[in-house]
Amino acid sequence: MSAPCSAQPDRSRGHSRMRRSRRFAGLSALIAVALLAAACGGNTGDSKGSSSDVPLVYGVFATPLEEPWDGAIHTALKAADADGDIVYKYTDNNDSPDKMTRTLRDLIANEEPDIIFGDAFAAEDAVREVAADSEDTTFVFGSGEKPAGPNLSTFDNWMQDPAYLAGMLSGGMTTSNVIGVVAALPIPEVNRIVNAYIEGVKETNPQATVKVTFINSFFDPTTAKQAALAQVSQGADILFAERAGVIEAAVEKDLPVIGMMVDQKDEAPENVVTSLVWNMRPTIDHVVDKVKAGSLPSTDLAEFSFMKHDGSSLAPINTDVPGGVPDELLQQIDDKKAAILDGSFETPVDEDAPAGSTTVGE
Amino acid sequence: MDLAYLALLGAMLTIATPLLLAALGELVCERAGLLNLGIEGTMYAGAFSGFAVAHQTGSPWAGLVAALVVGMVAGLFVGLLTIGLGVNQHVAGIGTTLLLIASCDFINRLQYGGGSVPKVPKFELLLKDTPVASQYLLTYVAFLVIAPVVFVTLRATGFGLRLRAVGENPEAADAAGVRVAGTRYAALAIGGTLMAAGGAFLTLALLGSFTLNITNGRGWVCIALVIFARWRVIPVVAGALLFAFVDALQLQLVITSAFSGVPREVMIALPYVVVIVALAVTGRNLTYPGAYLQPYRRS
Repeated sequence: MSAPCSAQPDRSRGHSRMRRSRRFAGLSALIAVALLAAACGGNTGDSKGSSSDVPLVYGVFATPLEEPWDGAIHTALKAADADGDIVYKYTDNNDSPDKMTRTLRDLIANEEPDIIFGDAFAAEDAVREVAADSEDTTFVFGSGEKPAGPNLSTFDNWMQDPAYLAGMLSGGMTTSNVIGVVAALPIPEVNRIVNAYIEGVKETNPQATVKVTFINSFFDPTTAKQAALAQVSQGADILFAERAGVIEAAVEKDLPVIGMMVDQKDEAPENVVTSLVWNMRPTIDHVVDKVKAGSLPSTDLAEFSFMKHDGSSLAPINTDVPGGVPDELLQQIDDKKAAILDGSFETPVDEDAPAGSTTVGE
Repeated sequence: MDLAYLALLGAMLTIATPLLLAALGELVCERAGLLNLGIEGTMYAGAFSGFAVAHQTGSPWAGLVAALVVGMVAGLFVGLLTIGLGVNQHVAGIGTTLLLIASCDFINRLQYGGGSVPKVPKFELLLKDTPVASQYLLTYVAFLVIAPVVFVTLRATGFGLRLRAVGENPEAADAAGVRVAGTRYAALAIGGTLMAAGGAFLTLALLGSFTLNITNGRGWVCIALVIFARWRVIPVVAGALLFAFVDALQLQLVITSAFSGVPREVMIALPYVVVIVALAVTGRNLTYPGAYLQPYRRS
């Protein structure tokens, strides 16, 4: 764009200096309004008074709440607030390490929350630094790294159990032996879900090929839809919608689809066969109980997202989808679910990026 | 390699539609001498307002009309800044984009905050299950109506001539009795309407819902397309199709076993690389519209 920049206006003649400066003032005011509006992305929840026995819990999120991962935490915290277990406030869009640092320090100094929930993926060092300086506050952060200090516990969406079951379901349902997965980014917390899904496919259908597309974005449903349609054009007859947009493709092509994060059956009752559901409530309850009883030592809270702790689940299977679901397959999945719950089966965890096309039996 | 060639062509037309609409809108503005960097925000506002009104009224048509009106207002707002106040066009455009995106996100939070975003009635595919021709109405309209109309209007009508005149030499146009400011406002209004139509295509045709960042930089791609096309309509159509074709192609290639080993980032970057290469090849010795970026004041 350097060429147009250098061709700056020189034909505008005849302004008085006065008029020019008035215009400049008008422009400055407009820009100020625009910047103010742009800066107001972060929202703060309703303020309530905190009584001494109910802990004040702050959600400090890096992404907007509309992102499903943080949305799941936010929903569970709101439910805990409604039950009277905690007083909950939140702030989102703390999308850079400096913003995260500022928000955390500001909150701790002014509102003295007992517990802070959040996601540290985009700002691991910043969160750890603030936590080290604020030992009276319990930090519970989604993180790809280890717990730290006396007060920083970590969690993540460890949803490999329902992913494995969903894979078994898909493998049993496909007739073309081609299955499509559209996911956000090849990062460990996404990879282990997709890999567990592929392992599940392998158990019920060793001939199947799983095609995986990463769209490189958390929000780009139109690209996700096109990616899913490309998979369908190459033979996929069941889809796993790790991201939004895929369900729309399944509806258009009248194919079964597996949802993510919450039970998405309402979005397409004739196509969504089941969903991987993340329930943060067991994690939250554990943290709140510990803090009420004294304090939470820094802990890896991963297992509270496991199926056996009710931290994740497979939504009820909807058999009214194209092609239906054989009873035998439902039984197989029930048996495997029982094995996961009683501990006789442990879903493998693999955090390497899956290939674009995997024939599971090879 | 087992690529699905017909699906590839169909996907190309779908992916190209929002780019074509918005790029034609940008072309109309730029031919009048105005670089409208409000394009990304205008697309976003079209996408959101179309979705929100379709949700309120239950009609995608009402949503589309609302999106077009919002786009026109956004175009006139850029006009107020650049024509009325003589503000630098880069600043006015980027400021408008920031303002519109933040405003839409804010209203979205107030209206649908926290819960899941609703599904709204959307335009359905025409000629369902027909290869390639199975497209949304807006795709047909964009390629078969809007592109030819913009082409003929710019080339062969009095309004098109006046629009090009104020973009090339506003002093001469003014001396010949053309209302420079009025023509430029009209160009921005038309351009904004087309940009918003491109955004509304995403929510009202492709998805039937809205998410944050839904335009995902498509407006900036359109800016490049217009320069690549040297401000001419037919090359804009070709450029949008080229970008969309490479995008559709990479979506198919990444899931073939042959290309599994190629880093995904390379594949995702492919359409952008193609546009940059095309710009580098065709974009030398560009002749910009004569009054590009220049506010006009009668002396």
